[in-house]
Amino acid sequence: MGCCCSKNKSDLSLLDDVLAEYRDVDGSLITILQKAQDIYGYLPTDVIYHIAEQIKTTPARVLGVATFYTQFRFTPVGKYLILMCDGTACHVNGSERILSAISEDLGISDGGTTEDGLFSLKTVACLGCCSLSPVMMINGETYGTLTPAKAKSILAELRAKAREE
Amino acid sequence: MKIVIGQGSCGIAAGAGKVHSALKNIIERENIDVKLGISGCIGMCFVEPIVDIYSDDGRLTRLVNVSEKDAQDIANAVKSGDLATVDRLKISDEDASFLAQQTRVALRHCGVINPEDIGEYVAADGYRALEKALKEMTPEDVIEEIKTSGLKGRGGAGFPTWFKWNAARQAEGGPKYLICNADEGDPGAFMDRAVIEGDPHNLIEGMLIAAYAIGAIEAIVYVRAEYPLAIVRLTRAIEDAKARGFIGDNIMGSGFSCRMRIKAGAGAFVCGEETALIESLQGERGMPRLKPPFPANAGYWYKPSNINNVETFANVPWILLNGGEAFAAMGTPDSKGTKVFALTGKIKRGGLVEIPMGMTLRDVIYKIGGGIRDDKEFKAVQMGGPSGGCIPKALLDTEIDYKKLGETGAIMGSGGMVVMDSSTCMVNMAKFFLEFTTKESCGKCVHCRIGTKRMNEILGRIISGDGRDGDIELLEELCYAIKDSALCGLGQTAPNPVLTTIRYFRDEYEAHIKDKKCPAKECAALLTYSIDREKCVGCGMCAKNCPVSAISGERKSPFTIDPFSCIRCGQCVHSCKFGAVTVE
Repeated sequence: MGCCCSKNKSDLSLLDDVLAEYRDVDGSLITILQKAQDIYGYLPTDVIYHIAEQIKTTPARVLGVATFYTQFRFTPVGKYLILMCDGTACHVNGSERILSAISEDLGISDGGTTEDGLFSLKTVACLGCCSLSPVMMINGETYGTLTPAKAKSILAELRAKAREE
Repeated sequence: MKIVIGQGSCGIAAGAGKVHSALKNIIERENIDVKLGISGCIGMCFVEPIVDIYSDDGRLTRLVNVSEKDAQDIANAVKSGDLATVDRLKISDEDASFLAQQTRVALRHCGVINPEDIGEYVAADGYRALEKALKEMTPEDVIEEIKTSGLKGRGGAGFPTWFKWNAARQAEGGPKYLICNADEGDPGAFMDRAVIEGDPHNLIEGMLIAAYAIGAIEAIVYVRAEYPLAIVRLTRAIEDAKARGFIGDNIMGSGFSCRMRIKAGAGAFVCGEETALIESLQGERGMPRLKPPFPANAGYWYKPSNINNVETFANVPWILLNGGEAFAAMGTPDSKGTKVFALTGKIKRGGLVEIPMGMTLRDVIYKIGGGIRDDKEFKAVQMGGPSGGCIPKALLDTEIDYKKLGETGAIMGSGGMVVMDSSTCMVNMAKFFLEFTTKESCGKCVHCRIGTKRMNEILGRIISGDGRDGDIELLEELCYAIKDSALCGLGQTAPNPVLTTIRYFRDEYEAHIKDKKCPAKECAALLTYSIDREKCVGCGMCAKNCPVSAISGERKSPFTIDPFSCIRCGQCVHSCKFGAVTVE
């Protein structure tokens, strides 16, 4: 987490509607953070300070809440966010092999983003598609019964798709 | 005729969405007279995508493992009325027995009705239980009926539901709140997701009845953010129920009013604990509170609140319609009614299973689940996720019952049932769960925060071959210390996976520590790869696939593996067609 003087400049006006709706509703901090992340893709430092100021609390409290939950990110994510399931069923059915195949293919480890900004990789506890394990979710779409080769070919497809765009 | 395609998250992942749009295109293009609908998850995940064809007299033909390529054939069959042409896709009797052996109460509409159409729910006796409660029963009558049913909380702890409702009803002060815990965090469990995706109105109706019983003015559903489809369907269901006057002011003219809203969780397993969930609802870090006071007296905003799990609520409308006695007639003296399980892991037929309490684990795994995949040997079944434990083969005849499962050291839990075969290392399994609880411990209690970390380290050194004499005893000591001193359910139950694996698989721990061997051949650091000179034909495939060039040899003569360069990745085993690579 950088300090506030590193000054990343986000367009804070994008948050106006959210703040207008939730600023005075008690207990809405998590909702505000979720909506902010939907807007910016992550939680930039200046946004965190802005939220704290607007709901009349300290940046420390906002950060304390944000860092408690795994959903919140503090760095930008790639175009494709890969959520690799490491739930019990996936684990038993070999999710570790899939994870290492993806890491190897992309050259990043869990939590990382590729240099070209195309892929981010994150393990999650359970996506709830246990019968299709091992499973990963990329931008909301679920891919099941993975093998290392199948996972790599899915990444290759996405890479090709991104190149076309 | 009517075609219904199962569209739960897992069905969609298996390709149900593509089948749906392919069929839709053909039906529109060829102007076929058939209604195309969707349903939630029927729970037969092992044969998804599923297409159900209902003839006009209500007869059902179920097609399984359907792909987009089959869409034209299905459309043709429906058009001609001769379904025999798609016989190749029909479900086998054996697979159909997966469903036939179940008793569905909480899941009774899942996979049958369209979750996005309130009309279908109402047509299936929907909101009649609410009407009965509001018009014919006092809140006390409702609580009494739930008491008669013997319903216990389905989220894990198994506390009698009527008792919690009554405590909130009796609590002084207000306003009162009703909260649904849909933060299904146990890895390997997806029962609640299936209910919300497949039958959201059933949950809403159950919650409204509970809200009436305790006198709540607002009902809140706390849903995991990882369940986007569940949130979409529930949001729509709440809007539709509002439009029909089932939610809001003066419901059905009874004078009872209740609002309802959804709160999306932000990813923290500890928020499954009710007081942590309340903290999170209030926009804070989800750290548990000291009890008492219990939420019934001081919950959300320190007002009287009641929290139940999704499946608990899903049983309520059925109980009111059929009577508490009918529910209590199912099950065992200690545990009434049915329970939903997510049957997964190394099982032939995995999916959602709802059975009357009292059925044995063996019947669930072998009769309903069809036994172990690839006919390997059953080793253990993990119940209750990170809070539960592993039950070994010798106890397969244990009846599913809160008390009897508790005696094994595992728990009923919320319903995760992960089956393991001989290739699963139990020490590694224990470490998997410990890693999870270490990560998810909120940090409030020292023993949970630091104890789980130390246990994780000890398990780590055991599986990497550095286990020491006395490690098992040290683990046990830490387990009891954490159990005794943690504030909430997460810490109190976190040691269960370790304790049960030590109890039933102590020999595996000893093999890792003393002999430096992993009997299940899973722990890489304890394995030695070698090539059987008799079987090796010298094709060189293993050497070609070895990522660290640890294999060498001349073509057409046996190859050898250099144990010092080998990183034990197992690529050679997979690449050898002659089974010449042995692992010890």
